[in-house]
Amino acid sequence: MTVDVSAMERAPSPWTGRALLRRLAIGDEVAHLVTLIFAFSIILITSLLVYQLWLESASSRHQFGWHFWVSRTWDPVFEHFGAAPFIYGTLVTSAISLTIALPLGLAAAVFLSELAPRSISDTISFLIDLLAAVPSVIFGMLGIFVVVPLMRTTIGPAIKHALGFLPLFQGPNYGVGFLTAGIILSIMVVPFIISVSREVLLSVPRDQREAALALGATRWESTWKVVVPWARAGITGSVFLALARAVGETMAVTMVIGNDPKIVASLFAPGYTIAAVIANEFTEATGKLYLSSLIELGLVLFMITLILNGLARLLILATQRGGGHQ
Amino acid sequence: MKKALLSMLLLLGLAFTAYAQPPDNTVLLNAAGATFPYPIYSKWFSDYHQAHPNIQINYQSIGSGGGIQQLKAGTVDFGASDMPLNDQLLGQFNFKIIQFPTVLGAVVPTYNIPGVSGELKFTAKALSDIYLGKVTKWNDGEIAVSNPGVKLPGNDIVVIHRSDGSGTTFVWTDYLSKVNPEWKSKVGSNTSVNWPVGLGGKGNEGVAGLVKETPNAIGYVELIYAIQNHMGYGLVQNADGKFIKASLASVTEAAAGAAAKMESDIRISITDATGATTYPICSFTYLLIPESISNSAKRDAIKAFLDWMLTIGQGSVESLNYARLPKAVVGIEMKHLAEIK
Repeated sequence: MTVDVSAMERAPSPWTGRALLRRLAIGDEVAHLVTLIFAFSIILITSLLVYQLWLESASSRHQFGWHFWVSRTWDPVFEHFGAAPFIYGTLVTSAISLTIALPLGLAAAVFLSELAPRSISDTISFLIDLLAAVPSVIFGMLGIFVVVPLMRTTIGPAIKHALGFLPLFQGPNYGVGFLTAGIILSIMVVPFIISVSREVLLSVPRDQREAALALGATRWESTWKVVVPWARAGITGSVFLALARAVGETMAVTMVIGNDPKIVASLFAPGYTIAAVIANEFTEATGKLYLSSLIELGLVLFMITLILNGLARLLILATQRGGGHQ
Repeated sequence: MKKALLSMLLLLGLAFTAYAQPPDNTVLLNAAGATFPYPIYSKWFSDYHQAHPNIQINYQSIGSGGGIQQLKAGTVDFGASDMPLNDQLLGQFNFKIIQFPTVLGAVVPTYNIPGVSGELKFTAKALSDIYLGKVTKWNDGEIAVSNPGVKLPGNDIVVIHRSDGSGTTFVWTDYLSKVNPEWKSKVGSNTSVNWPVGLGGKGNEGVAGLVKETPNAIGYVELIYAIQNHMGYGLVQNADGKFIKASLASVTEAAAGAAAKMESDIRISITDATGATTYPICSFTYLLIPESISNSAKRDAIKAFLDWMLTIGQGSVESLNYARLPKAVVGIEMKHLAEIK
């Protein structure tokens, strides 16, 4: 070691190669450390976030306990706060959005990766990526001016006519409500499903397709029995990315959901979501318990996201084992 | 090279500190709070800065709740609220607050009934029963009795309210609480309440949009918003039994009637005020000033601004469609101004 250094001092030029190597080796360590710090900063930020929510929601947690999760009353005047209608609204709108967006997004992704010529596929996915970047307030305005009137005059009555016997589609139709919010959300999340699923489908090895075709499978069979199952984990991932956006969406939802904290079966009825009520009431909330309850709603939303993410991991694990392709 | 770079950096640094640090006699005041009076506040603060270049007031319209929180934490010099602070809220402060009414706002009912184009008249009972969900059809007797000659349809009323917390909702529910004991015991008044019926729209524009898009809907918006957007709105019966169409003059009138009671408590609610020409659904918006301000430069600046706001400043409020303070109220506030130490 000492020899090397003295040699370097005397005649640096012949040793440049080795010095460069050593410097690279140090560079590796530095890069390792930097990336490690960055990775841990995410954990730190998340835990600080939860800690702060936990701290600030103290008076609400002490006052209501677990009852907060099931109570249906949200009354800022008499200070009774319960999260149930908001949890219900969040889950229902997210479920509607995925019910619409999943088949649509998956079919589009299959078309783009399997059937469309590469140039068309690339152009369309560029447009889809643009759609993902549109601010949510724009979708909200689209909702108010286009979807809500359409829902009241055309779509709603048509659904009632066809499926009115189900309790899901009964009751007055104002144009705003769970269904409208779910539809707007589905438009907002479908780019995530298409974009990620397309990439995953494109990464399925070519020989998988060829093997299926060689065995006498049709194009359709090779796509649905070989390619899509192979990409199942990635597609599930895209769905949960979409779900995360749907659960946390604020602006577009509050503009079209009707903002009425009730739990009702009808999808035409106005509802409310967690993110929407926080955005609506936080600025003018004055009492300590009121503010603390809104912050606990934030904690509830965080926990719902956590649970859904956990379920996503489990689902991916299960499909991987069951599928046996990867 | 290195030296040149260093000296350049030094110069830059100096320039920045010089820029960031105002000349010695400049007073910087920070304030935060209500959004409803923001247009007039920003005009006032900018006008005042032009007349007195050494005083600069930075106002953030983050909402009354946020303004109260920041004032409590001491991060702003004064706050602003659409709702007067009650004793319970004042108890959470570790210093005394004096509340100064600045301008007046009113809230008006707006509706969209196919086939009805004229101005409807609403009694207090009709409005409160509609919002309680007890009057559900437009041709209900409670509405029809004050609107003879108007052909009201038998359609279901779609009730629309604000979904975001707002001073507008506070004034509206404060009025309904005053005129209807059932409303007071069941719902009460606040910036957000537990609505018995109806859909929520975000902001004045959200309510106005929903009313416009929904046949047979009724909602409430700020008078300023209705005037600026040329919206039609209904007349409301006042405590003297007269139906009044809200206007800046009829709002100032309501405040003048309440002035006598404001001597003892400036926070008095002026909804449902007596007087033949008063509009019943209106209220003040307030600046929240600490009673004792240790920094003498800031104290003098705040007092000078309040004095200007109550006199010269009032002259420009009507250009922005706010109702000005009645003379009697200005007199009371001048007395409170002297209490700031």
